[in-house]
Amino acid sequence: MAALKTRISIENLNMFYGDFHALKDVCLQVPQNNVTALIGPSGCGKSTLLRCVNRMNDLIDGVRTEGRIIIDDQNIFSPETDVVLLRKKVGMVFQRPNVFDQSILNNLRFGLRIHRQMRSKSETMELIQKSLEDVGLWDILKDKLHHNARQLSLEQQQRLCIARVLILLPEVILLDEPCSSLDPIATMRIEELLRVLRERYTLVIVTHNMQQAARASDYTGFMYMGQLIEFGLTQGIFTAPCKELTENYITGHFG
Amino acid sequence: MNAAGIRQKIAFTILGLITLLVVAPIVLIIYYVISRGWSAMSWEFLTAAPRNGMKEGGIFPAIVGTVLLIVGTMLFSLPVGILSAVYLVEYAKDNLFTRLIKLSVVNLSGIPSIVYGLFGFTLFVVFLGFGTSILAGSLTLAIMSLPVIITATKEALEAVPMTYREISLSLGATRWQTVRYCVLPYAIPGILTGTVLSLSRAAGETAPILFTVAAFYLPRLPRSVFDQVMALPYHLYVISTQVPNMPAKLSFATGLVLIGLVCLMNLVSIVLRAHYRKKKQW
Repeated sequence: MAALKTRISIENLNMFYGDFHALKDVCLQVPQNNVTALIGPSGCGKSTLLRCVNRMNDLIDGVRTEGRIIIDDQNIFSPETDVVLLRKKVGMVFQRPNVFDQSILNNLRFGLRIHRQMRSKSETMELIQKSLEDVGLWDILKDKLHHNARQLSLEQQQRLCIARVLILLPEVILLDEPCSSLDPIATMRIEELLRVLRERYTLVIVTHNMQQAARASDYTGFMYMGQLIEFGLTQGIFTAPCKELTENYITGHFG
Repeated sequence: MNAAGIRQKIAFTILGLITLLVVAPIVLIIYYVISRGWSAMSWEFLTAAPRNGMKEGGIFPAIVGTVLLIVGTMLFSLPVGILSAVYLVEYAKDNLFTRLIKLSVVNLSGIPSIVYGLFGFTLFVVFLGFGTSILAGSLTLAIMSLPVIITATKEALEAVPMTYREISLSLGATRWQTVRYCVLPYAIPGILTGTVLSLSRAAGETAPILFTVAAFYLPRLPRSVFDQVMALPYHLYVISTQVPNMPAKLSFATGLVLIGLVCLMNLVSIVLRAHYRKKKQW
């Protein structure tokens, strides 16, 4: 773990929704090719932090950000940053499996289409096959690509959402409580998938579920009231937290 | 049966009767118009020009005029209405100015149609020099239809779940791509409904076309957009009030044709809606 490379460097990040100070001076080095979990009670700012990394908070009126997030030596908040390219590099998976009400094929083709990467049919199919293989859906879905994605099970829909991100060849994947609408078995399988994906991607996952953070992540950050209270190896956080607040939270005293 | 069950039964009966009250006039009107006008309906009535002080012959020029006016109205109001609604919903920042625009759009739909007629007359006929013409009439009707089209489109766009926009943007789409691929396709059925509703209203309006396009009696068909035309609602008004000894069945038959035309438009929109639903499934 000595040669740990930082993939995303969050430096003194402050964020305000109008007058509300949502993130307070957050500093965090997200390590490459690892799963980093963000835990904390509802409203602590973990999703907000996650959505800063691909600038999804831009969509909300009245948001003001201070500080820097450095990805590939570039501050993503600087005016030169192309948000389109940033979001291609930093993909996002949402809480609910949000497939488009269209065929599986169209769901996957969407990203290629908007980034003008529709190559020849065979090449496109190759990419589609590869992304579906990566999420373990190819064997199940290869004959059903024209079916509506809404007909899949929730777990398969969420996998498809991950595949929809992977097809754009991102480097970082942000997951905002990706398992909160799945049953325990589906959740376990998604967690297994995350362990496979971290070989090639840097993953950041926000979760309500402490067991999930303990099982699926390498590093964990605990957030409370907009502050990053503690960050470190998951094992360390869950067995010997340094801060009392962290300990109280993971032992279930509040949250 | 217990007391709650009886009360429920009473409530449902009252609700049912009130619903019947709503439907009854529509059915009665249609029945009345058909029963009084059907005997005058013939191939000649639909395809010939009026003769003998409009007491004989058909209403073909008026049908053509109304169809032309609907098409003209559509050409102007659809692009402007839909695109401005897209702007208001998807792009405009929520500030005082935008809210003012939205408020005025809502209020515009409450303006009496005769006022649109006067406005169209002043602006298009006189000021811009289009004369009483198809162009001036279509533009006037288009302006009258705009508020309803904008409101309907706005509602259809707002009904598309926010998450669709979120996913699209999170995958790196621009706002326009998001609108184009993720929002509009899902809003089209709603947009169609509102559009057809407002166009059918435009088709039946007399006041806005009174000073801007409608001709009292003009059996020949128009040759350019600067010609006047006859139109069904105005023709109906003329033959019902201005022509002495007019056979009543002709008026009712004219009304029937107008109703038929509007029904046809609704039918087209239903077919289109069904088509788009099916496409979504694919």
